Amino acid sequence: MGAQKKRAAAAAAAARVSEDPDDLARQPLQAILLADSFTTKFRPITLERPKVLLPLVNVPMINYTLAWLEAAGVAEVFVFCCAHSKQVIDYLENSEWFSQPNFTVKTIESHNIISAGDALRLIYEQNVIHGDFVLISGDTVSNMSLTQALQEHKERKKKDNNAVMTMIIKKSKPSPITRQSRLGTDELFMAIDPNTKQLLYYEDKADHSKGTICLDKMLLAENPSISLHNDKQDCYIDICSPEVLSLFTDNFDYQHLRRHFVKGLLLDDIMGYKIFTHEIHSSYAARIDNYRSYDIVSKDIIQRWTYPYVPDVKFCGNRATKLERRGMYRALEIEQSRSAQVGSFTVIGYGTKIGSNSKISDSVIGEGCTIGSNVLIEGSYIWDNVIIEDGCELRHVIVCDGVIMKAGAVLKPGVVLSFKVVIGERFVVPAYSKVSLLQQPTVHDSDEELEYADNSSGTVEFSSIQGTADQSNGEMTSESSEAHKPKLGTGGVGYIWSICEGGQEEEWRHSVAPIPEDKLTELSEAMDDDQELVTQDRTALSTSGELISDSNASEGDDNEDSKDDSVYFEKEVEATFLRAVEENVKVDHVILEVNSLRLSYNMTSADCAGAVFYSMMKLAIKTPHSSAIGLLTLYPSPFSMVASNAYPIYLSGELQQNTANIITTWQKLLKSYLLEIDEEIEIILKFEEMCLESAKEFSPLFARILHILYDKDILQEDAILRWADEKEGADESDKVFVRQSEKFIQWLREASEEED
Amino acid sequence: MPDTQALVMTFLTSLKNATARQTAELLRSVISQQRVPYTNQAGALIDAVKAVGEQLIAANPVELAVGNIVRRVLHIIREEDLSLTTAAIGELNLSAVSDDENDDDRDGNTTLSAAAVAAAARSTLRPPSLQTLLEDTPVSAAVPQTSSSGGDSEGKTADKSSRSRKLKHDVIEAVNELIQDIVTCHEQIAEQAVEHIHQNEVILTLGSSRTVSEFLFAAKEKKRSFRVFVAEGAPRYQGHLLAKELVARGLQTTLITDSAVFAMISRVNMVIVGAHAVMANGGVIAPVGMNLVALAAQKHAVPFVVLAGSHKLCPLYPHNPEVLLNELRSPSELLDFGEFSDCMDFGSGSGSPLLHVVNPAFDYVPPKLVSLFITDAGGHNPSYMYRLIADYYSADDLVVQRRAIAGN
Repeated sequence: MGAQKKRAAAAAAAARVSEDPDDLARQPLQAILLADSFTTKFRPITLERPKVLLPLVNVPMINYTLAWLEAAGVAEVFVFCCAHSKQVIDYLENSEWFSQPNFTVKTIESHNIISAGDALRLIYEQNVIHGDFVLISGDTVSNMSLTQALQEHKERKKKDNNAVMTMIIKKSKPSPITRQSRLGTDELFMAIDPNTKQLLYYEDKADHSKGTICLDKMLLAENPSISLHNDKQDCYIDICSPEVLSLFTDNFDYQHLRRHFVKGLLLDDIMGYKIFTHEIHSSYAARIDNYRSYDIVSKDIIQRWTYPYVPDVKFCGNRATKLERRGMYRALEIEQSRSAQVGSFTVIGYGTKIGSNSKISDSVIGEGCTIGSNVLIEGSYIWDNVIIEDGCELRHVIVCDGVIMKAGAVLKPGVVLSFKVVIGERFVVPAYSKVSLLQQPTVHDSDEELEYADNSSGTVEFSSIQGTADQSNGEMTSESSEAHKPKLGTGGVGYIWSICEGGQEEEWRHSVAPIPEDKLTELSEAMDDDQELVTQDRTALSTSGELISDSNASEGDDNEDSKDDSVYFEKEVEATFLRAVEENVKVDHVILEVNSLRLSYNMTSADCAGAVFYSMMKLAIKTPHSSAIGLLTLYPSPFSMVASNAYPIYLSGELQQNTANIITTWQKLLKSYLLEIDEEIEIILKFEEMCLESAKEFSPLFARILHILYDKDILQEDAILRWADEKEGADESDKVFVRQSEKFIQWLREASEEED
Repeated sequence: MPDTQALVMTFLTSLKNATARQTAELLRSVISQQRVPYTNQAGALIDAVKAVGEQLIAANPVELAVGNIVRRVLHIIREEDLSLTTAAIGELNLSAVSDDENDDDRDGNTTLSAAAVAAAARSTLRPPSLQTLLEDTPVSAAVPQTSSSGGDSEGKTADKSSRSRKLKHDVIEAVNELIQDIVTCHEQIAEQAVEHIHQNEVILTLGSSRTVSEFLFAAKEKKRSFRVFVAEGAPRYQGHLLAKELVARGLQTTLITDSAVFAMISRVNMVIVGAHAVMANGGVIAPVGMNLVALAAQKHAVPFVVLAGSHKLCPLYPHNPEVLLNELRSPSELLDFGEFSDCMDFGSGSGSPLLHVVNPAFDYVPPKLVSLFITDAGGHNPSYMYRLIADYYSADDLVVQRRAIAGN
């Protein structure tokens, strides 16, 4: 009895101790491996085999992930299988992963799951995760050490219970031309607090056409420092606290790990949960997201960045392979003709035969392939048991298991041949086409959401397709010569998938083939154009600036610098204002920006008022430029001076209306700078100056617009009267506008007298 | 044997940092758990060890020490079997059973056939060298003694069972000795330090090796005062660690880059380095950069001394060692992936990488550049290595492949 009691007490003590964070740290590390990417990027291959079992340098992808998890000290892995779950489970059961000591692999199977979010919700329901866990998908290759990241995560967690996730990132520069990372994913923008490494902003779908990204101003207000990166790569390896799972359950609309979960946590900080980042430097981590990353990661493996997960080191039952000079990996029992040329960075699998005069370079050849003579293979991925007859040419393609290429067939760059396709004699498969035995599923909208919906029906749809495919297969073999002759040449079997609408443009981005030269030049030209546009804008600005500074110089040429400053200031304000108009920025924000400009240029609020007013008037002129005269009014140059004289009558009505509209919309902005009478006078003077020099279109309207400004309470009568008084003693030429508005001034004076 | 299998699996997973000693310990547990059949015990043990050894070697062919230990253990089993059969022959001769029967019916009476084979092997295995002759005399002298003392008193069946136990026991004893040798090899090598390092000498070494550091410490402890130049050993920079250790022991240390070796070698009296493996021809597989040092030493006629425990002696001859016995490690040791990621964007251009990074772990130093090997058995000339190896390994085990042997 005593002993029992003691044991109970000990257990209780242990339970108590286990609440202690130190003890939690000793808990065996768990991992969730999603054996489904919930996307359709690898179709048509993934219709027949799950993505995680696709061979990457002759080893199924999931083995890289599992081998890494094991090496990183993970004790228990839950493999979540969804699409083709049976294949995954069968594979794992026959592999050595189930017999490893100190490393348990358990599978969780579900068929009606359509997203990563659903998967995590299901795992949460099963209540198997007890502590921190690693969240990874089965297509990730890495050799990083988790210890440091894990320790950082735990320490943060101890201090701040809201630090629920640590995201692994890695430096990798995106291509300036194509705006995508080397892995073929979109350029990623991240804002990270450089001190705490907290992730503040995550945007992987930035709009490049505008060239801007939007940061919440609260970010800047709340954080002392922010570093904004576009040279970081998301490795899709996350160390999560158990809260992450419950968060998914609470927010049942979270589907995508990044698009919904990460952005959701970052945007609405109601719960105050925080995500941190851990950057790895020397080690490697990358996720295979599309065909391009398949190509790139394969090459990284062959170049040994993923060491020790390389073909010649045994890590998961891969066949013994010898590494020879110049990065040539050769398995045993290869028959290679003496005249065959196998180039550098090539992997050749067990039992493959290569005929005479064939040339192979930068490629991966699977096991048991037969390659005829005079075959050319360049930068391609050929899986197991492929038969390539004499004289074929393959450049930058993926060829799945069991494909037969009849003599003289040619695959253009970017082609993907799914399982057991037969390409007819001397048939040329056009670039970027995808060929499968299965017919293309009915095309859905390319809507994001449908990616999931698509997948949900994937299994059902698949079986039905399978049936028809089998049927049509049978038919095909019988009547292939007739019905499918035009499709894939004589004796060809399979369907060429049509590239879905809009996808054509993007196809080259995610293909195994390198981006074609013409695309690159096209893109770089477009980029140059952009730059030219920018510089053109600059020159346009500076010319108009010069114009004004010239006019300033005529008035009083004492201080060049301050003049330049004021000119630049005016330009900046104008640009800010125009952008505000275009993007519908709130007035408050514009005020804030103009104020900051004011401070940086050391201007008075009268200058601000003048500048803002100037930009408003400029806008008023520009607005009707949708009509024919637009071009001329755009540039306040001598050119337009001539022109403006020609159209005064045509303009006046429209222009007045425009001006009135703009003043109404932006009066708040203007008013915020009109603190005293001086500023109001400044506006009138500015307006006068404009009418005389840069925007003569207004000159006939001077009095009317003055009236509008008065009506809108922007100008007080005192200001107008004082302006009139000041002008009393001026030259005759200066009095043009005073005289023009004489009636109005007269009326004002009378009104004030009446009041008196 | 599920238990041993599990052990082997764990070992395979942790093979990245496996040592010779761990291999020996693993094999010891394999032997102790192997159920020995009534007949042909040695064959069963050899098969079991080979089965495991094959797996171990295949798991990481570059780690030659593992293969060495497997072969050593096989050799031990053969030796022990041999000594027992010689004892048995002596006994059988006493009981006067004719040899002719046994030749006809090998499988039926394996003890004798094993004896015959062993006797035959014995002559081919160990060609009469001075050392074998010297070693053999006491053994053969001792054998009749044991047989006369143990064999006579017991009956024949009892004798057989005791013999099977005895074989296993002896083998495990011998393996234990081997483990002991491996553990103490640093000390045994270090004992010779004072004979080689003289007062006020300048020693150059590259990278870090435990054997070398122990060697230097031993000389220091014997009140020798000398200076050490340490080449840092890029890209792993183990030399930095060594320099730290040496300074902690109060040795005057100078750290230099690998590229400065040639400039410094003229001031050096002796180069002392460790090795990854010593091949049968006396060539050395050593950390990368060693060939450079060896060539520099030869140019300036500086003795190039290699320290290696006997478990590092490999009975294989190097064939294309720069490639086949090398290990190409990750390029990330040389350069930062992030900085160079734009050089490796295969999306643009021809699709083939323009930047290749080669990071070999080992160098091959040909035997003509080595002045002296210091093993736990003393100092040897490179040309003597094959002889030393013949003492440690049996010729049958050079290829550790179970099926080929089992077929015969």
